Amino acid sequence: MSYIPHTAAETRQMLTEIGVGSIEELFDAVPAAYRFPRLELPPPMSEMEVAAEMLAISEANDHAGDYAIFRGAGAYHHFIPSVVNHMLLRGEFYTAYTPYQPEISQGTLQATYEYQSMMCALTGMDAANASHYDGATSLAEAVTVALEVTRHKRGKIILSHAIHPQYREVVRTYHQGRDIRIIGDRGRGDVIELVEMLDENTAMLAIQYPNFFGQIDNIAVLADAVHEVGALLVIVANPMALSLFRSPGELGADIVVGEGQPMGVPLSYGGPYLGYFAIRQKYVRKIAGRIIGETLDADGKRAFVMTLRPREQDIKRERATSNICTNQGLMALSASVYMALMGKNGLRRVGELNYHKAHYAADLINQLDGYSVDTSKAFFNEFVLSCPRPVAEINEALLEEGIIGGYDLGQNYFHLEDHMLVCVTETNSKDEIDRLVEVLGGIS
Amino acid sequence: MDGLASTQALQPLIYDIGAPGRVGVNLPDCDVPEAELPSELLRDDLPLPEVGELQVVRHFVKLSQLNYSIDKGFYPLGSCTMKYNPKLNEDAARLPGFAQLHPLIEETGAQGALYLMYELQRWLGEISGFEAVSLTPAAGAQGEFAGILMIRNYHLDQGEGQRDIILVPNSAHGTNPATVTMAGMRLRELPSNDQGNVDLDSLRAACQGELRDQIAGMMITVPSTLGLFESTIHDVIDIVHNAGGLMYMDGANMNALMAVVKPGELDFDVMHYNLHKTFSTPHGGGGPGSGAVGVNEKLKDYLPGPVVDIIEEEDESGAPLYGYVMPEKSIGRIKAFQGNFGMHLRAYAYIRVYGDTGIRDVTRYAVLNANYLRAKLMKTYKLPYPRYCGHEFVLEGHFDDIEEVHALDISKRLMDYGFHPPTNYFPLIVPEALLIEPTETEVKEDLDAFVEAMESIAEEARTQPALLLNAPHSAPVRRLDEVRAVKELILCCAPALPAAGD
Repeated sequence: MSYIPHTAAETRQMLTEIGVGSIEELFDAVPAAYRFPRLELPPPMSEMEVAAEMLAISEANDHAGDYAIFRGAGAYHHFIPSVVNHMLLRGEFYTAYTPYQPEISQGTLQATYEYQSMMCALTGMDAANASHYDGATSLAEAVTVALEVTRHKRGKIILSHAIHPQYREVVRTYHQGRDIRIIGDRGRGDVIELVEMLDENTAMLAIQYPNFFGQIDNIAVLADAVHEVGALLVIVANPMALSLFRSPGELGADIVVGEGQPMGVPLSYGGPYLGYFAIRQKYVRKIAGRIIGETLDADGKRAFVMTLRPREQDIKRERATSNICTNQGLMALSASVYMALMGKNGLRRVGELNYHKAHYAADLINQLDGYSVDTSKAFFNEFVLSCPRPVAEINEALLEEGIIGGYDLGQNYFHLEDHMLVCVTETNSKDEIDRLVEVLGGIS
Repeated sequence: MDGLASTQALQPLIYDIGAPGRVGVNLPDCDVPEAELPSELLRDDLPLPEVGELQVVRHFVKLSQLNYSIDKGFYPLGSCTMKYNPKLNEDAARLPGFAQLHPLIEETGAQGALYLMYELQRWLGEISGFEAVSLTPAAGAQGEFAGILMIRNYHLDQGEGQRDIILVPNSAHGTNPATVTMAGMRLRELPSNDQGNVDLDSLRAACQGELRDQIAGMMITVPSTLGLFESTIHDVIDIVHNAGGLMYMDGANMNALMAVVKPGELDFDVMHYNLHKTFSTPHGGGGPGSGAVGVNEKLKDYLPGPVVDIIEEEDESGAPLYGYVMPEKSIGRIKAFQGNFGMHLRAYAYIRVYGDTGIRDVTRYAVLNANYLRAKLMKTYKLPYPRYCGHEFVLEGHFDDIEEVHALDISKRLMDYGFHPPTNYFPLIVPEALLIEPTETEVKEDLDAFVEAMESIAEEARTQPALLLNAPHSAPVRRLDEVRAVKELILCCAPALPAAGD
């Protein structure tokens, strides 16, 4: 019976102990007319048959194991050292649950505390939580914090149009029950345009760094302008870019959120990912989700525990600001192991490889007839490419040559029809890039 | 921050074991000409640890050994369904065709993944008796949120936007009331009767009184958080429906219902599934979860999107084309991309193993194991609701004649016997609650060993209560000073960066 270990003899003994003749009698409280329906499901399968079917299904996908991939747009194909997966596969980590009993959960607790610490180091913030579901929901939770900090007296939320389109959708889904206005994302404008939207009714302003187009905006003046009206500056940052570029903390952010997937989490068709959330000390009590803190046990030994618990739904119930219960525990562990392995020098090196390879590709493609790269701003590992033909057509041609091309920006931005967002990471070899350039050159 | 560095520690922090210049990974040389870095945009310092590869391995292996886990032993944590996580599923999730599949790939390039999601939607719908399913919510709490938003928007479209009250029994999970607030609705809590069921008189009073036109719906867990199947569930559903409200089922306890009853057939309008409970995807030390939602015809168009559908029927080659659809009146996108796909594929493999004839056994043996433990333990501990239970049951972790011993002490002492404690102090309506859920994957020997441990602890409570009050004695650490954690609030051990403007 698959994963059920009972023998017939044991089942009989157990039924006798309970005092019933059959397991079915235990379901008497279920209305008889609805009890024991037949289910239209496929028949059972053995382990080896399921394994074969899973392999067959997985191979009916165009994946980065078979193709050279130049697509990012919020999900990135980076190198993951073998150690990360080996640590994740330890049953002690992945078959444990939320560390409600800290005495026998110090492994999860310390690893999560170290994750929080390394996220603070990357972002330049004072505190980070144990994570949210993904980058998009982290941004939605940041809106809640901004509304709380400004005591629900301010109803305007400014989101840059250069924040990931799906993140903006998620913010709207989360806050549709509230009496607030979400603006800024309909424009084409730059940082100056966003600053002009600020007023005394603004709770927060959010930008993405690098922005959805891979570019680093000049945001030196942004923090002062936001703080002048008493609002919060939220920066959605790609943690991989923070290996090189100034930390959002240095740039004056109050909250930093984003997608932790680039740090050791595979693409996995969009999930599970890792929404990181970091904040200034003065707002830490407004943060949602789990937070791990340091303390002592009864013998004075250092240990870790979930702290600031009274904010959470299981205690505060309807007065909690979020219903979040789980975090992305295992993905936070991936990020922890990844950052520990890379460390100060390795992560910077990976960042540089991304930068150099993306610029190498951009320079070559920019010289092709009919193509032009937007070089108006500095960029990290993604750039906007204007194409001579519809992006879908180009991607089809690339696929035939074993290449997954960039993201079609026309899907989300009317003014960027025939524009492709190209991503190049450390995993793309010079040969792959040269081949991309060659195939693109043949299409015009 | 220095933290509590002078004190003893189980395992040094990752920041305390490195040396300047050390790297734990072997990276390639740059094979392209280097571009000029924009120096004015670069950071000066990146205060990450500097540790070698073997050091990292040992650090995390040692940490892992401080954890209790299902792979190590019995984990009867009520309401969390800590069943065996099949290793087959872990291997499947790591196949390159899944692990290295980009979420924004063209639909034609993801037919394998889309087929799998389509089938899983169908199977989950079949198991619960619902018309349509969306796999996008990332966790049970997000599924709840999606469900309540759907109810809200349904009423808005009916021109009944004034319906903003959601009824929730006082035995509910904390996520239920928190969800109501998050969706901008109002909560009204309902008392339970001495059977642990919703008090029908209070429910009628709420639904038939002056608030009648404001009732948006009700959230209820079946079987209840006490592990009991609500024998009056039909009345509850009718009363709420007659008042114009919709019924939300919290599917956390679905392990007690599979092929036993379909919530959709009971006339529920919407429910969420916890793939990480019922369908064996690993709990991961606190997540990821996955909280698909199922709905009936009424709410089908409101599902969070995208959902998978057949875009083109079968051609000569025999395969239909699968693709994404945004339901017509969708509450919107609830997370980026299309849900926790890594959990979807594990749930798919799990259902595939049991199939049509086997899935009922999951519930049958989960309920058998729970009732066996209940029958054995009620001889020693107070059982507040003496009737057959579902997949879990609640005991009182307290003895009338031993004032000082509480549920928490019993739980901590269980650690010394090598077991994970049950859920403590939930449901809130039972004083000193110990909520025990064995799941179907446990063997009788281990259940018997747990009973013996519980019996010894009851004996110790009488003869040597200090053993319980100071427990655990054999865990990696003793009880923690949680007040100190809040007061000192040490949340980060990274060296501080220069502040803005410095």
